[in-house]
Amino acid sequence: MAMMMPPRMNPSDSASGPKQHQSWSPYDNNGGTCVAIAGSDYCVLAADTRMSTGFSILTRDYSKIFQISDQCALASSGFQADIRALQKNLDARHQTYQHQHNKQMSCPAMAQLLSNTLYYKRFFPYYAFNVLGGLDDQGKGCVYSYDAVGSYERVGYAAQGSGMQLIIPVLDNQLKSASPLVLPKRESATPLSESEAVDLVKDTFASAAERDIYTGDGVEIIVINAQGVQKHYMELKKD
Amino acid sequence: MKARKWTQFLTWSSDPSARGILVWLSSIGFEGNLEVIGRLGSSRMSGRDSKLLTPSPLCLVLPSIHTLTFLPERKLGDENRGRPGYPYVTGTSVLGIKYKDGVLIAADTAASYGSTVRYKSVERLKACGKHCLIGASGEISDFQQILQYVDKLILNDYMWDDGNNLSPKDIHNYLTRIMYNKRNNFDPLWNTLVLGGVKNGEKYLGVVTMIGVQYVDNHVASGFGNHLARPIFRDEWHENLTLEEGIQLLEKALTVLFYRDRSAINKVQVANITEAGINISEPYALKTNWDYNAFKNPTVGAEGSW
Repeated sequence: MAMMMPPRMNPSDSASGPKQHQSWSPYDNNGGTCVAIAGSDYCVLAADTRMSTGFSILTRDYSKIFQISDQCALASSGFQADIRALQKNLDARHQTYQHQHNKQMSCPAMAQLLSNTLYYKRFFPYYAFNVLGGLDDQGKGCVYSYDAVGSYERVGYAAQGSGMQLIIPVLDNQLKSASPLVLPKRESATPLSESEAVDLVKDTFASAAERDIYTGDGVEIIVINAQGVQKHYMELKKD
Repeated sequence: MKARKWTQFLTWSSDPSARGILVWLSSIGFEGNLEVIGRLGSSRMSGRDSKLLTPSPLCLVLPSIHTLTFLPERKLGDENRGRPGYPYVTGTSVLGIKYKDGVLIAADTAASYGSTVRYKSVERLKACGKHCLIGASGEISDFQQILQYVDKLILNDYMWDDGNNLSPKDIHNYLTRIMYNKRNNFDPLWNTLVLGGVKNGEKYLGVVTMIGVQYVDNHVASGFGNHLARPIFRDEWHENLTLEEGIQLLEKALTVLFYRDRSAINKVQVANITEAGINISEPYALKTNWDYNAFKNPTVGAEGSW
């Protein structure tokens, strides 16, 4: 009777096929948080300087901010290799634009370009969470916030990255203005002065560093205004 | 290929034949079944078999989205088909620190085959050009491939004979691009590279991982070194280490790694890169101490444990 039965099927064989080795992931999250605030004639962009992987810190001194043009800077958190490739991509496109048009790209134009660049890799995304900040064509501060595949929106302030959920409520409390759907149209930029905005950003990072393990070490802040670009730096807790 | 669920993904083309779509899909790594629905009706066919396509002015092509996004089995470079997605013969940590006059990089000379320490005299530190040294952890054969790439780069640079050489930073960027590009094709070189050099008085020390993550710092480590050596460096590193102090610091970290990393052995090399040149030491053994009471009577206080 045993001969008549079909050969025993080992359940694991048919289910899983060849023996599986643990596979590698093409992505990693190197952590970090980015914040931007738009003012009436300035824009503040900030990002922490910690780069991590898993539960280890790789370096305490890594800049996540990339200056694309005189009027426009990009702060990105997420997978550092993709971010670097994205920055190089945009930089190359911007240089080409300058050669072809004999001027720099405006911030709204760069915003659209970034969205298209991200969507181009819709089916193998750049694992980058971006905040673009600068001055628009009228010289007013503008901030654009993105997801990993290019969905974007112009806002008065934004935060992205591992500490975003800790920071956004604070910014909402301090900066939230009327809904963009309200008529007549109201300014989305904050009435705060430049130094007040920088202080607010410093406070938000200090708070985020308390509870988010991927945020800390230091925060690099840049301010873009009519006079150019100024850099600030503040130490954060190293734990 | 296991059967996968159909999804709602659609793409269409006004190209008379849908070959254009299939070529594009194939080029981004798609492999699987397609359903072509056109004016002349529908027909199922293999994604690569465009000969069976019925020409039609408007075609809809429905591939499974799951095969579109991540394909561990299929690598885009056909010549690399068959390369495993996991390492066989691996080196463990590489450590690097900057010191007053240059950069020090250290590694042991072991290459493991899984849990066996298979080779005990492997040089994992290699000079590349006059100004730069690369140390690798991970798959040794991939490191040998990387050395071929760097060799060609340095040779090309040398042939220009224009009085300029590639700096460590240039080589670091080059390696990063290689690692990232291969990661994009799902065919990584399974290494974490530590790169150090001195050029025109500027000291440089950086790391590239197998997926293209790149950074520089005053002290770096790969693999287990990140967990065991970096904390020691953070505590004891400072700007003006002398050569002796630097070597002492590295040896301390290497000793800890030998005690605690099972793939490390007590045979190490230390490389010193300065403006004057590169000097890789002969392999030597570290002083170890097994005389601790905890090693002699390991189960005191916890009878029955080991």
